[in-house]
Amino acid sequence: MHDATIAQLAQALRAGEFSAVELADHFLARIERLDGDLNAFITVTADSARAQAKRADARLAAGDATPLTGIPIAHKDIFCTRGVRTSCGSRMLDNFVSPYDAAVVEKLEAAGAVMLGKTNMDEFAMGSSNENSYYGPVRNPWNRDLVPGGSSGGSAAAVAARLAPGATGTDTGGSIRQPAALCGITGIKPTYGRVSRWGMVAFASSLDQAGALARTAEDAALMLQVMSGPDPRDSTALPDPVPDYAAALAKPLGRMTIGVVDDFFDDGLDPDNAQRVRDALSVMERLGATLKPVRLDNIGLSVPAYYVVAPAEASSNLSRFDGVRFGHRAEDAGDLTELYMRTRGEGFGAEVKRRILTGTYVLSAGYFDAYYLKAQKVRQLISEDFARAFREVDAVAGPTTPSPAFPLGQKVDDPVRMYLNDIYTIGAPLAGLPALSMPCGPVRGLPAGLQLIGPHLGEGRLLHAAHAFQRETEWHTLTPPGI
Amino acid sequence: MSLTLEELKSLCILSRLEIASEEMEGVADKLSEIVTLVDALQAVDTAGVEPMAHPLDRAQRLREDRVTESDRHLRYQRNAQLVEQDLYLVPRVIE
Repeated sequence: MHDATIAQLAQALRAGEFSAVELADHFLARIERLDGDLNAFITVTADSARAQAKRADARLAAGDATPLTGIPIAHKDIFCTRGVRTSCGSRMLDNFVSPYDAAVVEKLEAAGAVMLGKTNMDEFAMGSSNENSYYGPVRNPWNRDLVPGGSSGGSAAAVAARLAPGATGTDTGGSIRQPAALCGITGIKPTYGRVSRWGMVAFASSLDQAGALARTAEDAALMLQVMSGPDPRDSTALPDPVPDYAAALAKPLGRMTIGVVDDFFDDGLDPDNAQRVRDALSVMERLGATLKPVRLDNIGLSVPAYYVVAPAEASSNLSRFDGVRFGHRAEDAGDLTELYMRTRGEGFGAEVKRRILTGTYVLSAGYFDAYYLKAQKVRQLISEDFARAFREVDAVAGPTTPSPAFPLGQKVDDPVRMYLNDIYTIGAPLAGLPALSMPCGPVRGLPAGLQLIGPHLGEGRLLHAAHAFQRETEWHTLTPPGI
Repeated sequence: MSLTLEELKSLCILSRLEIASEEMEGVADKLSEIVTLVDALQAVDTAGVEPMAHPLDRAQRLREDRVTESDRHLRYQRNAQLVEQDLYLVPRVIE
């Protein structure tokens, strides 16, 4: 059962090959057996999963099922879940039980999906290795000594290890695509605003976007279909209607021009990884796509621009954690300022503290123009580069990461080196663009990702191209050893 | 660019964030590296470039000004550690 895709499981449930309860029990047993050393889950919700599965079986029997009815999924622990701890990977929220469901959680539940639990993540989604979690690092299913990527590392590891056929994630600078690449699965971050952020713990509000992690583009399309759409509770959620992503996959890909970003094939890119990406692009060419070199002149500035904008917004968003209304509270503080300072000093980990301090620095008097305003102007330049490219091409392609997964502990004490690991993924969120990563063949036995970036609201086209690629290749079917 | 301990102390106060004294030097070093990284922006010519306001160049959506939420403070206050008579408790502010 666990090797089947969401699309296959949906068919099997309809054919009565097994029940949703049996399916949920199967995955819960796998989590119990395999997650001890992977640490992909922070919370497993076995009882509510069985109750949801029972309701899904009733819907299936009544002929009232959607493609996700009875499908087990996992939620990144950044999405609020009513009555269930929502920790965001932080000591600060270790005791926080959400009083409501996030829009994404609500929508997937309404579609009949079964929540298995909440997945581990870098604290407040800040990190690229999942080592910044209060609940300990997640290990890569391909090799337990390596990181799974981050910040949605638990979701990516869970899907790669067949502990869930699909999982939700969020992407601010690469947090869906980078772990998807390092764990050998498919992950999509849609256009900014495509999925409601309501009930998703905020990191950088002008960049944050929810998306899906699954083994195939088809499965990601099925999940994104349900997750997307307008929401009056999030004023940045796009009012545009959601196209039928899955239905479009059945059609021929048709003419497609893919821009190859030369700037992405730089000295920092592992040569074997570069070769896998070039091989994948040749496959796209065989499928009828035309390759065309494109230039993104300012893309090299995306890391510095991001590390001004994201920490600035984070320092403001995270000011809500004050020890008074929810979350951790320091004991025996003498006065209010001491309560705030000690609560936050105890509740936040090292990387979150660095980002808050960086954000405070770039927003402080005398520096605002030099850093924050400057970064927003550079962001505009990066965005214009993409817009220029999309006048000539339908998608832009390149590697997702500079190399396959790196060892635990290698970069965690060197923030700048860790930040540079996101060099290829940061451009898309800065410009609000949809982007996906899919497996494109092993590099020294480890997964590597091909990244496709599309124009605004072009996620359907990206999924279509990825689906066409996955019909021709088998990289997405490779299984971690021993799984 | 290197950040002094004095500057870091003032950032900690602005951020309401306590850093243990033995960690201050290490934090200052790492912040200095981050500031050096983002200083690359200073060399970019951005004359005449409008700062980005929204990635999709869309206007903020507004809604009618009417009450849509009911009072749920009892449910929300379950997450607070100290509540008395429906009020959040903090250390004494006024002597």
